[in-house]
Amino acid sequence: MFSKIDFKFLRYIFLIFVFYCIGCDSQKKKEANLAEFTYIPSGILGLPDLPVPKNNPQSSDKVSLGAKLYSDKRFSADGTVSCATCHKPEQAFVDRLKVSKGIKNLTGTRNAPTVLNAAYYKTQFWDGRRSDLEGQSKDPLLNPVEHGLSSHDDLIKIVKSDPDYTSKFKTVFGIDPNAIQIDHVALAIASFERTIISGNSPFDRYRFGKEEKALSESAIRGLNLYMGKARCQDCHTIGETYAIFTDDKFHNLGVGFKRIQPKLEEILQKKAEAKNSPTSDQEILTNLESSELGRFAVTGVSEDLGTFKTPGLRNIALTSPYMHDGSLTSLEQVIDLYDRGGEANPFLSSGIRPLGLSGQEKADLVSFLKSLTSPVLPSMPK
Amino acid sequence: MRRTGGLLAASIVPMSLVEIACRGRGKGSHEKFTFAFISDPHLTHIKGANFVRNFDSGLNKAIETVNLMFPRPDFVVFGGDLAQLGKREELEHGMELLSKLKVPVKFVIGEHDYYLDMGNYWQDKISKLNYSFDHKGVHFVVLNSILTYDTWIKRWKTPEERMNEMARLDNPNGSPFMVGDDQIAWLKKDLENVMSGTPLVVLSHSPLYKIYKPWNFWTDDAEKIQSVLSRFDNVTVFHGHVHQVLYNQIKNISFYALMSTAWPWPYPESYTQSPNYIPKMTVFMNRQDPFHERDGTGWAFVNMDNAREEMHYKLWENKDRIVKYDDSAGHPVDSTYQKPESRILPQTHY
Repeated sequence: MFSKIDFKFLRYIFLIFVFYCIGCDSQKKKEANLAEFTYIPSGILGLPDLPVPKNNPQSSDKVSLGAKLYSDKRFSADGTVSCATCHKPEQAFVDRLKVSKGIKNLTGTRNAPTVLNAAYYKTQFWDGRRSDLEGQSKDPLLNPVEHGLSSHDDLIKIVKSDPDYTSKFKTVFGIDPNAIQIDHVALAIASFERTIISGNSPFDRYRFGKEEKALSESAIRGLNLYMGKARCQDCHTIGETYAIFTDDKFHNLGVGFKRIQPKLEEILQKKAEAKNSPTSDQEILTNLESSELGRFAVTGVSEDLGTFKTPGLRNIALTSPYMHDGSLTSLEQVIDLYDRGGEANPFLSSGIRPLGLSGQEKADLVSFLKSLTSPVLPSMPK
Repeated sequence: MRRTGGLLAASIVPMSLVEIACRGRGKGSHEKFTFAFISDPHLTHIKGANFVRNFDSGLNKAIETVNLMFPRPDFVVFGGDLAQLGKREELEHGMELLSKLKVPVKFVIGEHDYYLDMGNYWQDKISKLNYSFDHKGVHFVVLNSILTYDTWIKRWKTPEERMNEMARLDNPNGSPFMVGDDQIAWLKKDLENVMSGTPLVVLSHSPLYKIYKPWNFWTDDAEKIQSVLSRFDNVTVFHGHVHQVLYNQIKNISFYALMSTAWPWPYPESYTQSPNYIPKMTVFMNRQDPFHERDGTGWAFVNMDNAREEMHYKLWENKDRIVKYDDSAGHPVDSTYQKPESRILPQTHY
């Protein structure tokens, strides 16, 4: 049971073992990624290479088809809603509403996230219920408070009856009209969305372009706070050579949680009885209780209660209101939320704590966040 | 000694209870049941109505999570160190928080609860210091394992001084824990009428074996207690105090430690400044990320299935662990991370 340990030797063996494991693991990850994605240089200061699924390579025809599908209001129950309705190209790909409006002015439960740089996220939607852009685009079409179609066939019928579409699908996928399926539509929309990326902000020029004068004194102080006292960096990550401003994880800040906290037991009991099956897209957008469960609605893991995805911060000054429910209208309000340590609840993420920021420090952080706006945003292909 | 540590990423384990049939050494038929295990919140009074926020939030999170388990556990074992310095304010505050639990609580006292008033408040308002009970075919014994020598107790001028000396982890002025002969006599008497085939669970604060004396991961008369328990076919000790995932098998006894809800301690081997005799480690715990207050902390629930334990370590903001007694191996085994090739890499929160 007891043995005298030779510490140096044991540590040495342990380190060899750890490095071996890290080697194996990173090798495995590398192989998995190589199998799934091709990485295309973004050509934009501050952005990493763009991951493109090997089964959906980019082409200009596909992007053009995707843009047309993205903007087509006929793909909704009353002909009023397209992807562009809530993710407006002229408004940094958001709608500036608290929560989005779909057909018949029906509202959902969530604030529309921007399409800008969504191509870099490892999951889509505030709760990560889809893993990629291809999976994401199909859901709103059927959601009763978004496009409200009864099935994807409604869309396919329109596409098949439109000669411009049938010719484009032939060009892009080499298929006849009868072979067009919703998955082709999703592939094209995702390809278009992979062109909606932006960087080269004053922050990028300062940090990655080494332009010392690209940021104001206040924004530089804000960046230092961001990396230090304000603790933003841990989740909204800035890398050494690029920045996407997300850790691709889910965190509970307590926003909106008090709406469900009194009923939590009842909600979870139901969930347990339903064997923790994932909550449907429709329920998340039509039932406030289910919406506020956040990532838990997807995983059924108590650790995910009230957690939402860390959004990127590029162009954040253009995409108010903020948070998953659009409940905060200004960057100042968001900074105040973090400064007071989020909204108290038992499942608050453990990196969140009161910060004790001064008025000047808060103002500096806001200055920094405003420096993340790109001078030119991508637009629809001509 | 086998151990696991923290890992990145949230787990995808449903909150329903996992049931794995295992043929335990327990004889006769036993009902399945579950109990939760919460330990070492170390609630710390600042002044007035102010307590250290981080430690309050750890205990609160455990309580709220247990209340959200369906089906509910039959009871909660509280593993000790409710208070940091044994103050009445801390114990009362802790009891107020624990009163939110919707299932009964079985209390074990820790040294931080004891050495200010020598357990008076605890015995008066909270629980007996040692007792036993039967539950669905399993005999449970609660021990006060944090007693020490009278000479040490009398050495200090004030109760506060005594408490502060005992509260320090790496304290040359410390004194080893023990169960004591009186309690061992009580234990023998309590077990007199318990058949050897009856599954036995012992609850203590300190480990009922010897890990590392300078930190008091230690019970001085551990061998005496182990000897009293030696005639039983199926004995499990659950303890707190060491603030980490830790499990071991000594002869017929399986030992399981629990994380604290407040902060993690490392295994002493990573710290020792001179060579020491300590149980050999096979799986090291990862370094915790200090940015995340809850990293390396958590709670557990225990499935008793056919009278053998299945320990579900609920590591917050990490992957859960399931450690259970393996009949063929004759000791507890981690269901995922025991094999060298399955070992856990250091976390990369950065």
